[in-house]
Amino acid sequence: MSDVAQDEMAVAHEPPARRLIYRQSIWTRVTHWVWAIALFFLLLSGLNIFNAHPTLYVGRDSGFQYDNAVLKINADFNQTPAAGFVEVLGHRVATTGVFGISEHDGEREFRAFPHWMTIPSFYDLATARVVHFFFAWVLSGTLLVWLVASLLNGHARRDVVPGRTDLRRLPRDIADHLRLRFRHTRDYNPLQKLSYAGVLFVAFPLIILTGLAMSPSFNAVAPFLLDLFGGRQTARTIHFVTMLALVLFVVVHVVMVLAAGPINELRSIITGWYRADEETRP
Amino acid sequence: MSAFKLNRRRFLSAGALGASSLALGGCDVFDGFADRAHPLREFMTGANDLTYRAQRLLAGNRLAPEFSESDIRQPQRPNGVTRPEDDDYQALLANDFRDWRLEVTGLVENPLSLSREQLMAMPSRTQITRHDCVEGWSCIAKWTGVPLALVLEHARVKPTARYVMFWCMDTIERGLSGNVRYSSSIDLIDARHPQTILAYGCNNEALAVANGAPLRVRVERQLGYKMPKYLRRIELVDSFAAIGLGKGGYWEDRGYDWYAGI
Repeated sequence: MSDVAQDEMAVAHEPPARRLIYRQSIWTRVTHWVWAIALFFLLLSGLNIFNAHPTLYVGRDSGFQYDNAVLKINADFNQTPAAGFVEVLGHRVATTGVFGISEHDGEREFRAFPHWMTIPSFYDLATARVVHFFFAWVLSGTLLVWLVASLLNGHARRDVVPGRTDLRRLPRDIADHLRLRFRHTRDYNPLQKLSYAGVLFVAFPLIILTGLAMSPSFNAVAPFLLDLFGGRQTARTIHFVTMLALVLFVVVHVVMVLAAGPINELRSIITGWYRADEETRP
Repeated sequence: MSAFKLNRRRFLSAGALGASSLALGGCDVFDGFADRAHPLREFMTGANDLTYRAQRLLAGNRLAPEFSESDIRQPQRPNGVTRPEDDDYQALLANDFRDWRLEVTGLVENPLSLSREQLMAMPSRTQITRHDCVEGWSCIAKWTGVPLALVLEHARVKPTARYVMFWCMDTIERGLSGNVRYSSSIDLIDARHPQTILAYGCNNEALAVANGAPLRVRVERQLGYKMPKYLRRIELVDSFAAIGLGKGGYWEDRGYDWYAGI
């Protein structure tokens, strides 16, 4: 019998005994929750900031007399009533009610992202920037703490960075996820490792660096960042797209927690203790 | 295992819960942050001091990126007040600013009153730089003007001075308590930075009214609201306490960070 078949038998027919193991270190748990809070405020204040100029471009500057826009969230006032739209690479989708034109207390508002997606709930660029940069420091500082701690205690190498074995197990792991079949083990599964490594080593650094690339003062410190990203306005676009990727990650992450057993998953990220399936093979 | 097997209903409800947790952001619980005196907001603005210190440490006197002629793809985008209606401004404009003077006052040994011709007779600097608005857009243009450092040198800044206050001719807000004209401020590090110029030219032409004629400030390592247009007076000060609401300028008094290097 192949490994796969054997395993499937075990999963299907033997309800495994389970034991509590210490799974998440204090570093992982604290940084996890600080990031959760920081990302919440960064996202909602960021969308308020975006509302100040709801167009994204590719290049060094913003085309007012030429066209380098790649995304617009706006409203068409030639129609009555005005119609909200999102336009990506020239393709326009009607979005009245959510993007461009939305309702607040029975009033139609002209704003890219609706009131319920922004902090503050009304347009306030000054306040949104205060909130955004405060939590930008929190996010970056926490990432630095996590990196140092996880490189020193081996967490990054041992638990997060996917290895050759993980890649070999990946197809099977994808199939398991598609069937919503979860194993509860000390180690993260390959898809978890890939997504966590993607967030910690790609998305977080990328969103921080593209944020810094938008800072005129930081441009003086590290002008090569502008060349790397292809100009300030491209950096702004990448910042936005990385945000979308992080939102997608959070949604999938929360759904997976709920699907895999929210009590057990939450306990491990709060107390560190996790009820694992008994190992079915060595 | 059955306890962990999901049926479709549970999966969908999990998805809905995840989505609605995002929608929870919709509440206006955090609108209190908009109150300029909210203690948590005060606390969060501390991040601006941290940014200021970190960027001063890292940037030192380094230059903002400069661009080539081919990067200028459009006229400089005007913003904010683009045609001051103030009578005194209109009178100066009607006479092509021949009667206009730039006053340099405050904590200086040698107060100045300079005509545009005098400013243009001083050594100039031309630079192609990117203008970044706080709203998020950018526009590349070529600016010509006199380095602020030279003007400050002539005025002989007193050692007690810490900031340069820019006073403008354009009324940006008409209120019951009177009209407010634009103002802003920078520290002496930015004031003496080689790219900080008092610009009278833009894209090879005399500075247009929409862009701040006769004179505007360029502070290339900060955002647009730190580069006032329609300049009439430069004042050297040691604090903003006695000026407006005490935050160092029009937008600063209205909750925008004093340091706009980010």
